[in-house]
Amino acid sequence: MTNKYVGRRVKRTEDPRLIRGLAHYVDDISLPGTLHVAFVRSYYAHAKINSIDTSAAESAPGVVAVYTGKDVAEKIGPVPCAGALPDLKVPDHRVLATSKVYFVGHPVAAVVASDRYTARDAADLIVVDYEELPVVTDVEQAAAGGPVIHDAFSDNIAYRLTSGEGDIDAAFAAADRTVKQRVLHKRLAPIAMEPRGVLARYFPGEEELTLWSSTQIPHLMRTQVALMIGIAENKLRVITPEVGGGFGSKLNVYAEEALLGWISMQLGKPVKWIETRRENIQATIHGRGQVGDIEIAFKNDGTLTGLRYTVFADLGAYHQLLTPAIPTLTGLMLSGAYKIPAIQMNITACFTNKMATDAYRGAGRPEATYIVERGLDLVAAELGADPAEVRRKNFPAPSEFPFHTATGLDYDSGDYEAALNKAQQIAGYSELREMQKKGREEGRLIGIGVSTYVEICALGPSQAMPAGGWESATVRIEPTGKVTILTGASPHGQGQETSFAQIAADELGVNINDVTVIHGDTGVVQYGIGTFGSRATAVGGTAVFVAIQKLKEKAHKIATHILNADASRVTFEGGKYSLQAAKAASAAGTSEPVVPVGEAPAGALPEPDTEGKSSLTMQEIALEAHVAKNLPPDTEPGLSATYFFEPKNFTFPFGTHIAVVEVDRETGDIKFLRYVAVDDCGRVINPMLVDGQVHGGIVQSIGQAMYEEVVYDESGQLVTGTLMDYAVPRASHIPEFELDRTETPTPVNPLGVKGVGEAGTIGSTPAIVGAIVDALAPFGVRHLDMPIKPENVWRIINGH
Amino acid sequence: MKKAINLSVNGVPHTDEVEPRMLLVHYLRDVLSLTGTHVGCETSLCGACTVMLDGQAVKSCTVFAVQADGSQVTTIEGFAKNGELHPVQEGFWEKHGLQCGYCTPGMIVTAAQLLDRNAAPSREEICHGLEGNLCRCTGYQHIIEAVQYAAKKAGQS
Repeated sequence: MTNKYVGRRVKRTEDPRLIRGLAHYVDDISLPGTLHVAFVRSYYAHAKINSIDTSAAESAPGVVAVYTGKDVAEKIGPVPCAGALPDLKVPDHRVLATSKVYFVGHPVAAVVASDRYTARDAADLIVVDYEELPVVTDVEQAAAGGPVIHDAFSDNIAYRLTSGEGDIDAAFAAADRTVKQRVLHKRLAPIAMEPRGVLARYFPGEEELTLWSSTQIPHLMRTQVALMIGIAENKLRVITPEVGGGFGSKLNVYAEEALLGWISMQLGKPVKWIETRRENIQATIHGRGQVGDIEIAFKNDGTLTGLRYTVFADLGAYHQLLTPAIPTLTGLMLSGAYKIPAIQMNITACFTNKMATDAYRGAGRPEATYIVERGLDLVAAELGADPAEVRRKNFPAPSEFPFHTATGLDYDSGDYEAALNKAQQIAGYSELREMQKKGREEGRLIGIGVSTYVEICALGPSQAMPAGGWESATVRIEPTGKVTILTGASPHGQGQETSFAQIAADELGVNINDVTVIHGDTGVVQYGIGTFGSRATAVGGTAVFVAIQKLKEKAHKIATHILNADASRVTFEGGKYSLQAAKAASAAGTSEPVVPVGEAPAGALPEPDTEGKSSLTMQEIALEAHVAKNLPPDTEPGLSATYFFEPKNFTFPFGTHIAVVEVDRETGDIKFLRYVAVDDCGRVINPMLVDGQVHGGIVQSIGQAMYEEVVYDESGQLVTGTLMDYAVPRASHIPEFELDRTETPTPVNPLGVKGVGEAGTIGSTPAIVGAIVDALAPFGVRHLDMPIKPENVWRIINGH
Repeated sequence: MKKAINLSVNGVPHTDEVEPRMLLVHYLRDVLSLTGTHVGCETSLCGACTVMLDGQAVKSCTVFAVQADGSQVTTIEGFAKNGELHPVQEGFWEKHGLQCGYCTPGMIVTAAQLLDRNAAPSREEICHGLEGNLCRCTGYQHIIEAVQYAAKKAGQS
């Protein structure tokens, strides 16, 4: 079938409402009589709560209710953690602090009032008597016997885990050479532009609760919140209206979401809470947070023989949904794009008096890529070899796929050298090295960084996931010929309203404008898993694709019956089922709905007009299926199909990023001269959307490499509590990206799609750091920790 | 004590009594139900709340509603005229200048002012002009291309 939409730069169907300011995010929904919630949050990192005086707040005009930990501790279950690891310590984390607070931002009380100003004022009238306790913010101190945060445990070690395959000790014993480096992955704040928010409305008569929440996982949230607040799951409806970015920070179930639902049930009124940015940096999950040592064993010719990573993972004060699982994802990807016969990861994961860490774009995999790629740069430096050549030497060949790694994975497909070659060619790699050499002679500090990454996507097989790794889709053709897709994925900026419509329009031969994609409403959409881990298109899009094939089987049966033909003689082409394929070669997508809007007779469907025809459009068949007067025997009326797609493996996108920077000797300022990225995310549905994902990912990498870090001081105060202190990249910070692709389809799903949501963030950081380190190589620099700021650079150049 | 204000928003006159501390963005969103203007940081750092106030792009999270008394305000809802998109809106759609869309209204307002002041900006001038607006999704490249598209389109008409 020729594609009219798939593979093309189709403009997004989401955009008209968004560019006109007509879309609805949670805070844009107003219900009559809505009450507003403000939180009192701890300003200590660790303290005992002696007493809470809420009297002044309760008597303030406009205040409807005040709740503290003791009011809700027995009523609302703990904030859930889905991570399952041997001997994992799981603190009892309640939605409001009970006897102790253990991080700055920990919610202590909730005030419900007539409007948000009144709620905020009243929250400031609540007096909490705290008794400060010793604080531990450094993860290694937490591991080594610092103050114990949770009374239920004897230490701060949440778990220890060793993973990997191969004889690691033998690899190091037999190595020609080894390198070792300590690396920091500082905490990052995801900073979705729309902060979190919840609107809860309880219908006392129907005993039903609706939660509008800015989340990536509406169905998982429904299950978890129902369990937390004790409402039947099928009496709780979660709706995600427009969601203003997530990046993993909304792949979670937070205290506020359950509490707002419970409060609405208590008061019988709608209640709303919209997170402030200050709350967002304090009490929405952080990403990264690892301190580790890389050790690599290798031969004199550059062949890698072993890799060991010994890491302290900073989990924060308690577990959010996937907190303990994130460092284990790092362990999975430690083979990178290379043949490494022995790999070992040793994790010591610890509680600290800080917000929980969890999934932030990449979720454990950027750490792995950074470790491996920085490690390869160190190997190259040790050997005096070109970093690109050390990489090339260790790639598995395309014929070696499926490629088994010593971390226990089987990579699906890849041609790593092709991506490297293409990127080098676009960048003019050897000319760049010449330019660098000449530049150095003139005193210029130019650096070139190369990253040849592989990532793990399309999460994932259910065996590897805590709550199912499949995705669902229902595709139906309405009596008027309009196509409706219900997806269990929950896009929040990725554009699947468009890309899924592209798939459906091509497969069904209809105009893309006749396709509507519905997502993010548990009252309408069958159960789904959600959008994270670069899974929505690879897993959710496949569910759409397979559901369409099921639907077409039925349509074919109906067509065969109506055309009164032998099944083998009826073919589908150009949007039509025809007796003779050649005769029906009209262009796909030109078919009009059989019933123009406004012309259907009231109370009845029109008579199908299919008699004597030699071909039938999908829409004509849909109408026949609904009026059900001329269907083959044993055929259900209606035209819809549902499919739950279970992938057999993850997918493994890959690529090469090359960054070129120049460092200013006078100021330490770092400027990009070039940025080339060749990514391979398998088959591409919409290249424009893929470019957008890559751009956005790279810029989050630039943030991590050069600007961003969540800083707590020794007393556990959050120093970077606003966007004044937490530096998110701005337009003037970015280079002009030069993107290209190779396309290696995955055998894991019939679309051949691998996923691209996190590629930029995973692949880019080591290229940028590698480039800056390379620029400073004349000063003997082999590694620098992120974020690399002009001050660090200036100090190196000036010997301070 | 509430104070009376008179102002025009997207060409429509409004008279309301507001608390002196009410922020312009809350007046637009909560009183006038013009929810296209978003709040992203409350500290004038992200630009999601940018609106035109008497022809100047301002961050409405740090302007009181009473300060807009007697003013002309244009929000994102006032950009498309008679169903026709503003060239900047069109540029954002054509060039995939948005993903989640949350920063987009503020970006469009800022970009429109940038082009009002400089009809043919260089890439550097566009980046500088957008420095007050944060986007976490797009990585800015497509936003810059959207502004270039709008400049070209406006130059042709």
